Amino acid sequence: MKNLLILGAGTAGTMMANHLRHKMSKNDWNITIVDQYKTHYYQPGFLFLPFDTYTEDQVRKDKKKFIPKGVNYIQKKIEKIIHTENKVVLEDETLNYDILIVATGAKIAPEQVDGMNGPNWHKNVFDFYTFEGSLALRNYLREFKGGKMVVHFTEMPIKCPVAPLEFVFLADSYFRKKGMRDKVELTYVTPLGGAFTKPKATAALSYLLKEKNIKVVTDFAIESVDNDNNQILDYEGREVPYDVLVTVPTNMGDDLIKRSGMGDDLNFVPTNHFTLQSEVAKNIFVIGDASNVPASKAGSVAHFQAETLTDNILLYIDGKPLKEEFDGHANCFIETGNGKGLLIDFNYKQEPVEGKFPFPVVGPMSLLKETRLNHFGKMAFKWIYWNMLLKGIAIPFVSRNMSKLGKKLN
Amino acid sequence: MELNVAGKTINLTDDGYLADLSQWDKDVALAIAKEEEVALTDAHFKVIEWVQNQFKKGEALSVRGIKGSGVIDIKEFYALFPGGPLKKATRIAGIPKPKSCI
Ligand SMILES: Cc1cc2nc3c(=O)[nH]c(=O)nc-3n(C[C@H](O)[C@H](O)[C@H](O)COP(=O)(O)OP(=O)(O)OC[C@H]3O[C@@H](n4cnc5c(N)ncnc54)[C@H](O)[C@@H]3O)c2cc1C
Repeated sequence: MKNLLILGAGTAGTMMANHLRHKMSKNDWNITIVDQYKTHYYQPGFLFLPFDTYTEDQVRKDKKKFIPKGVNYIQKKIEKIIHTENKVVLEDETLNYDILIVATGAKIAPEQVDGMNGPNWHKNVFDFYTFEGSLALRNYLREFKGGKMVVHFTEMPIKCPVAPLEFVFLADSYFRKKGMRDKVELTYVTPLGGAFTKPKATAALSYLLKEKNIKVVTDFAIESVDNDNNQILDYEGREVPYDVLVTVPTNMGDDLIKRSGMGDDLNFVPTNHFTLQSEVAKNIFVIGDASNVPASKAGSVAHFQAETLTDNILLYIDGKPLKEEFDGHANCFIETGNGKGLLIDFNYKQEPVEGKFPFPVVGPMSLLKETRLNHFGKMAFKWIYWNMLLKGIAIPFVSRNMSKLGKKLN
Repeated sequence: MELNVAGKTINLTDDGYLADLSQWDKDVALAIAKEEEVALTDAHFKVIEWVQNQFKKGEALSVRGIKGSGVIDIKEFYALFPGGPLKKATRIAGIPKPKSCI
């Protein structure tokens, strides 16, 4: 028997376990998946939890529920990959592998900025990228009487890069509904040159910030969080004061990648952009947020990668050349508040543009345009995630590679 | 968009960044630096080289990341490229502007 080992039972690892158990011979291959935690969180739901749109139970389920029969699930902490010996060290045992899939994701690292997880962490300085942060923020907002809310992200890359912008749009909507929008000053702080950075999106969407009366501070490279004076400071000495700070800290791969000597400065694993084979060893593949490929860190991206990676693992076993197929395809719904949303569909080369999706002319979804239907798409994504994505079921009419049909390209 | 440098035509993206790093050379850097009102010195070129290497390795670029560069610290980075050092340094180095997905 040979061993295929998957590290991480999050979005990407769970998908791979489902794809591969169906495709690989049960007589020849053991499949094992390892994760430290019991609970699978629907991370896109962390955007909605603070606004009481979702409850705790809508964003968490038992991980085991999604692991198919015939796959061995081990709930333990992974200490280290020894890639020169094809071994993985867990807290109290060592596993051997013939093929390894790294799907250990990315997580927030607030300790990278002075003062960020200081005395006010989860008191008036919050993240919404963890269940704990998102929940603490919900409880804070339920009692919030008004003041300055600053929404900020530290540096790229972050998971779901539009999430901070969506947060500030939803906050506007939430305070409006509560009849207290006039008591809240909303400021969006970004390290980049603008709230939007791609030419087509900037042209199509800049009105949103004006319409919602959101102030924007650009090129802000945060140096520290000043907990005594409730302000963030950048390296040029600029100060942005807040009553409540909602921040997205630096995102990094797990420390296990560092311990294994396999990562870059942010603990992301160098990976071939098109085949998803690691650059560390031929029998190691990387999927989802754990890799350094220049695609968005998103569940939809992991879904498209999983289809290519499944084919490539089977080709690798047969000793055939891998498909250089993955194109960076991402498909993301973006909340703009007041029951509306946007949809973007793009890849490594093609920036998001306007058009219709998935069918030209008839849509029914509109790209890069605010519609109610796109908001329903975002809400439906939760159902699709739990019932289709994790199980490795293909989404009808949406192919792994980005389609140019229906897009206004010039 | 295009830029003419020493008789060569350099292709630029809509936001004025080099479309293709292989067209980059010192003359191109000097021409772009002039537009950015930065007078390039050896210290600038050391940073440019580091930025280009990070890009070629596929590493994310950030102001904080400069700390680990071993070339300069963050205060010096701001002093060399005042007002948006990352935006300016990447443009002069001929690599894409740090972006988000929209
Ligand atoms: C606020 C927010 C909003 C988002 N919105 C969207 C959206 O609208 N659309 C979208 O497509 N995506 C969205 N995403 C992104 C999406 O959730 C992630 O891209 C996706 O979950 C990545 O899957 P992954 O398997 O790579 O990582 P994860 O799902 O994070 O899984 C990694 C797993 O590895 C395990 N692990 C790591 N290290 C170890 C170790 N040492 N030992 C044992 N186990 C370990 C972890 O416990 C974890 O279970 C959002 C994310 C956030 C935070």
